[in-house]
Amino acid sequence: MKQSTIIWTLLMVFGGLGLISVQLFRGKGEVYVREVPVEAKSSSKTSPEQTYRWSTYQEVSAKEKDDPGISFSFSRTLGLWVAAFCTLAIFSFLYGDNPLYKFTEAVFVGVSAAYAMVVGFWTEIVTNLYAKLLPELARMSFFPDMESDVHSDLLYLIPLVLSVLLLWRLAPKGNWIARWPLAFFIGATAGIRLISYLETDFIGQLQSTVMPFIVFSADGSMLWFKSLKNTVVIVGVTSCMVYFFFSVEHEGIVKYISRLGIWFLMVTFGASFAYTVMGRIALLSGRLDFLFNEWLGI
Amino acid sequence: MKRTVPLLISAVTGFVLIGTAFIPMFEEWGNDAMAWFNLLAAFAFILGGGNLLKMQLQKISAQQAGWGYAAVTLIAFFVTLFVGLAKVGVHPNAKFPEYSWSGNYLEEGGAFWWFFEYIFTPLSATMFALLAFYISSAAFRAFRAKNTEATILLIIAVIVLLGRTYASEWLTGGFPNEPIFGEGGITYSDFKLDHLSQIIMDDFTTPGMRAIKIGIALGVASTSLKVLLGVDRSYLGSDQEA
Repeated sequence: MKQSTIIWTLLMVFGGLGLISVQLFRGKGEVYVREVPVEAKSSSKTSPEQTYRWSTYQEVSAKEKDDPGISFSFSRTLGLWVAAFCTLAIFSFLYGDNPLYKFTEAVFVGVSAAYAMVVGFWTEIVTNLYAKLLPELARMSFFPDMESDVHSDLLYLIPLVLSVLLLWRLAPKGNWIARWPLAFFIGATAGIRLISYLETDFIGQLQSTVMPFIVFSADGSMLWFKSLKNTVVIVGVTSCMVYFFFSVEHEGIVKYISRLGIWFLMVTFGASFAYTVMGRIALLSGRLDFLFNEWLGI
Repeated sequence: MKRTVPLLISAVTGFVLIGTAFIPMFEEWGNDAMAWFNLLAAFAFILGGGNLLKMQLQKISAQQAGWGYAAVTLIAFFVTLFVGLAKVGVHPNAKFPEYSWSGNYLEEGGAFWWFFEYIFTPLSATMFALLAFYISSAAFRAFRAKNTEATILLIIAVIVLLGRTYASEWLTGGFPNEPIFGEGGITYSDFKLDHLSQIIMDDFTTPGMRAIKIGIALGVASTSLKVLLGVDRSYLGSDQEA
């Protein structure tokens, strides 16, 4: 093992132990909750009235931990520590690829895939397929507040069949059949996007660009700043479009206009870059705030 | 069957949906198609999960390098899937307490909520936060004012970055609100970094963004037409596929 690796590893181990001891000593990194009792009466008018009781828990700040009705939450405290561990493990990649990072990366992949599946199941498959095809059963199980005059919509058998065909792709033979739902998917995307993009991004943007070069106020005086602003936008959009137009050679006057277009594009890219950096820095500060404020309580 | 039917399906679906935009009577068809589209997308996630399972199991059975991490992925996948589908720790809807499955799957305090709050959110946020370091180091290495275009990009990025932080106040906060030439007109305070950054964002980035959006719209329209007319068939894969 290299000397630098040993030094870094020791630093990380001792740093981690230090953090844990600080936490244990100061009693930070704990989550407290307030118990909110729930009492619900049976909604069925035919069956005898029955009362159901359970409790929900609301997170409160550590300052209120001595107040009545506030208790220590083991599951949320464990969650806080797991979140801190996950954050530090991902940050450890800055030092280099390491087993800790790989472990959390593997967890992330598994949890993300399952999360997407669960959300898709409850928000789409149950809500928009099961409830449409079998409304009576859906009412008796997941959606008791569903209106009773809803009848099954047999048209939804089509997406059900298409979905089954899509899953056929996992079968060892005959997986070409999955091309049919894929074709529907592609066709629907193309049809919807063609219209929406042409409407909002093409016609909409052109409409916004068609505006007067010179703007006058109600009393007839010229509005210099508004006129300058409009001129910058019109000239900018035109020059950028000229730069994107490759059917003519960029020579002579076209060359100068397209050069101006490149400058406008550079302004846009510069601002976009700055915004992207700011967004990432904001995320980073959010994570550091979590570590130092929520977890360490510094 | 293998190629003609999918081409027909995509063409009919696409052109019908385009038609519904022009015939208000059939507008509902478009909404139905969107609902089906979302359903298929939900099933595509199941397909993705199945594929992940297949790949990780292959890795484990072949004992490839790092197969232990594949096992970790599978454990995390199954545990999250189980707690999410079984609504572990979720209470019923308070209005219908006798229906035990009527609660919200993401209810605060539930097991799936715990996974979302304490594993998924910190991991995804930190993954993206890592990019702050890489984007900064890449910019430090790549940003050189070699020519006019690169100089413009650099200056604008610096103004917008500084203008959106406290550095703007620190560097240019002292600019007085006094006119530069004579009475009225432009003042020194107009050159504060936050003000310049606002002008750039409001006026000078608009033309570039508009031109890019117009270009994207034309690109989407032409690609969509190519797909619907069967000119682009790449989504069907090769003929050799089983």
